[in-house]
Amino acid sequence: MSTIVSLPDQSTATLPKVSYLNKEYGLKSWLLTGDHKRIAILYLISITFFFFIGGAMAGLIRLELLTPASDLMAADTYNKVFTMHGIIMVFLFLVPSVPATIGNFLIPIMVGAKDLAFPKINLLSWYLYIAGGILLMTALISGGVDTGWTFTTPLSTHYLNTHVITAGLAVFVAGFSSIFTGLNFIVTIHRMRAPGMTWFRLPLFVWSHYAASILMVLGTPVLAITLVLVILERTIGIGVFDPAKGGDPLLFQHLFWFYSHPAVYIMILPGMGVISEVISTFSRKRVFGYTAVAFSSVAIAVFGFFVWAHHMFIMGVSNYSALVFSLLTMLVAVPSAIKIFNWAATLYKGSITFETPMLYAFGFMGLFTIGGLTGVFLGSLGMDIHLTETYFIVAHFHFVMVGGMLMAYLSGVHFWWPKMTGRMYPEGLSKLAAVTTFIGFILTFFPQFILGYLGMPRRYAAYPPEFQVLNVFSTAGASVLGVGYLLPLLYLTWSLKYGAIAGANPWQATGLEWQIQSPPLTENFVETPIVTHEAYDYEWLAHKTEHDEVETVG
Amino acid sequence: MDSHALAAQTSETGHIEHAHPPHLRHHFETVEQQREAASFGMWLFLLTEIMFFGGLFCAYLIYRNWYYPAFVVGSHQLKIWAGTTNTGVLIGSSFTMAMAVYSSQVRNRAALIGYLLLTIVLGTVFLGIKGYEWHDEWEHHHVPGLNFSVSDFVHTSAAYPEDKPLPLDMAEKTQVYFSLYFAMTGMHALHMIIGVSLLIILLAQAWGGAYTDGHMTTIENFGLYWHFVDIIWIFLFPLLYLISRHQ
Amino acid sequence: MSEPTHHEQHIVTPKIYLIIGATLLVLTGATTAISYVELGVFNAVVALAIACIKASLVVLFFMHVKYSSKLTKLTVAAGLFTFLVLITMTMTDYISRAWGLW
Ligand code: HEM
Ligand SMILES: [Cu+2]
Repeated sequence: MSTIVSLPDQSTATLPKVSYLNKEYGLKSWLLTGDHKRIAILYLISITFFFFIGGAMAGLIRLELLTPASDLMAADTYNKVFTMHGIIMVFLFLVPSVPATIGNFLIPIMVGAKDLAFPKINLLSWYLYIAGGILLMTALISGGVDTGWTFTTPLSTHYLNTHVITAGLAVFVAGFSSIFTGLNFIVTIHRMRAPGMTWFRLPLFVWSHYAASILMVLGTPVLAITLVLVILERTIGIGVFDPAKGGDPLLFQHLFWFYSHPAVYIMILPGMGVISEVISTFSRKRVFGYTAVAFSSVAIAVFGFFVWAHHMFIMGVSNYSALVFSLLTMLVAVPSAIKIFNWAATLYKGSITFETPMLYAFGFMGLFTIGGLTGVFLGSLGMDIHLTETYFIVAHFHFVMVGGMLMAYLSGVHFWWPKMTGRMYPEGLSKLAAVTTFIGFILTFFPQFILGYLGMPRRYAAYPPEFQVLNVFSTAGASVLGVGYLLPLLYLTWSLKYGAIAGANPWQATGLEWQIQSPPLTENFVETPIVTHEAYDYEWLAHKTEHDEVETVG
Repeated sequence: MDSHALAAQTSETGHIEHAHPPHLRHHFETVEQQREAASFGMWLFLLTEIMFFGGLFCAYLIYRNWYYPAFVVGSHQLKIWAGTTNTGVLIGSSFTMAMAVYSSQVRNRAALIGYLLLTIVLGTVFLGIKGYEWHDEWEHHHVPGLNFSVSDFVHTSAAYPEDKPLPLDMAEKTQVYFSLYFAMTGMHALHMIIGVSLLIILLAQAWGGAYTDGHMTTIENFGLYWHFVDIIWIFLFPLLYLISRHQ
Repeated sequence: MSEPTHHEQHIVTPKIYLIIGATLLVLTGATTAISYVELGVFNAVVALAIACIKASLVVLFFMHVKYSSKLTKLTVAAGLFTFLVLITMTMTDYISRAWGLW
């Protein structure tokens, strides 16, 4: 690997004596903490827990689909498994993944503040998340739900006797956790910026979180009221969605997707923020077209509210309305493309190094592009009629959610691991994990595009035998992918004790978070920083390092 | 965007050896910043409330267009005097709440306690009248799902002899009207109950001398919440009670 | 008003609150009364218009938005905007569903 900028000699680095990790001890000091960094760690642990439960469900799904017959489990068990997989992964993993962990940890530091604006609300939102998780586990243990993660009415309100109410409540509660996170971020970004930290000096990570927070605050309540209506319909039988009483099930779809389309951007925007930071750091260049990338996040957030009916094209919405929504869907792909192009342009003539976060980021760029482009296929009316409710959709959203957001999440976790823990992860193993994940991913989900195109419907436990070959590929890929996810769990845990000591700025990155000790102090900064340089200003950093102004460790 | 917040900070050149005002939390630089953050946070919360009720209003709009005749007769079953009185009561409570905030601003403890008390009373009166109405609707079998009968709508109604009876299929649609009525007023009442409970806590604290010592963010933010709940009712009243009363 | 924490906050006087409160009560009476007058489609229009006026009065004076920062005003506007997106975009479906089918 050739580096133009030499990374600092880490063999001399020492762990700081005092940091947020050792300021106080004991379970209570964690469970009642107001420190955004500790809350981020709480989230990190709980999210990982749910990720692996959701992952186990995915394993079961793939195992069942190894053979054409429904032999591993009964069809209705299969329904419960994919429903639980979807709900856990969407609401308990992807929505909070980057924002509640990495974002929570970094937003205050990046804007130069001591904490988020409302530390107690931040803690509350973790407890709400846990309450949602517990409710969902209750639903799971007491027999499961089989509505699909979309809670489709009247299936969910009338025809199933599984635990729809418990699961609905779980999502309701977890939704408020996400609302409060978003609210906290918006206020912090508006009101807590350090002197000199203007809007256009903010790292792009902050911009993308700002955009995602807007979606959380404005979209999630609509999901909440929709779930309330579903629950009321199920318990006491009011008739807002019930066709027998004059209600319109399509209204449920409108309200649900009014949230859930923006929600897919809640699930990708924070990841895009991670990618901006990583790409810039490891090509040692300012992100190309900073303003365009910043505004494309906001554009995604705004346009995101205008396209939801592309999930309803075959449900009986008006053709004219479908046409409008289809056109608007094309529009929303533009800002995503802007980002991809700008990252590519950032790489151009950069001094690129292939550290693990960068490998994940490359994975993100390739896979997200495929995912986004197939989204455009699905947004075209004619194509959608052929492809909807097939494995093509499953492949589409796994490319953006797993290939996109999960890659970004892992990229971010590796990138900021030294900052969060003070220790490095093992380089070789982590590269292996990144490559394994990529290969496993392609093997798992690429065949699903073909399957879907050939007409294999989603959400069935059995399928015609001619689809078996591709399904075997997919299941094989899933096993590889599983290994790819277990590896980080193991070596990151290992590194907590045995990893090399990282030092304050192992990547020679420019963000404020890299100018303080790792792991940081409880109040982040010794004194409020005064920002005089633009984001990603590597010359400023080089100059600063020369004059040894780097805030020292400890 | 909010350059003045920034200016407020820069003018104090970053690190100030703050003589820590009593209510300043450690992670804020100035009281001003803390106050603005709290108020902005409250507004963002109200934003989520707009969208929460927004889903219901959206449903209302659609079904009212679809089933207008059912909405008319449904609306005529409500007691206009109760709705109007309640609107007045709620506006009154908004006024007393505004005065409570004012009393807190001018640090008048007795007035603060008095106005909070009045607000609690008016809020409770509102809930009482609402409860009475619900009880009445229960008696008349107007609660969809639990206790519903279309007989009031397929026959001439006693209260509204001018209302023509509806054909059976449209009469069935009054269930949509009442579903929305209960969902909307129910969600609103839930907010009122939460509001009154919080008011009682605030009252206790004000009794102990809080909120008249210059720190009044909590009272102000609660005021915003209370007024917001009032606004929801300001829309619910004409939408639910006043559909074609002249017919 | 001497405030140690220099709130540069505008204090609305009780007189204004009283005027606003009274106006709101009058408008409530008016909207009820008008609903008994046959105005065709304008019944709904007038009822909503009055409700909007009342809501604006509450927002501007009781909630102090008239005297608040741009950011607060922007926040209120953002809420209204998103709500309008919700209903108009949903209505594009409901309004045009039956087109061409009669
Ligand atoms: C780049 C622009 C994107 C476009 C144009 C797009 C378009 C679409 C369309 C049209 C559908 C509906 C297909 C159907 O039901 O027939 C769809 C489904 C879906 N998309 Fe995307 N999408 C994009 C990005 C994303 C992103 C970034 C995510 C998540 C991170 C995502 C997640 C999903 C999910 C979860 C579904 C399936 C929902 C379900 O029915 O279970 N999409 N997408
Ligand atoms: Cu979508």
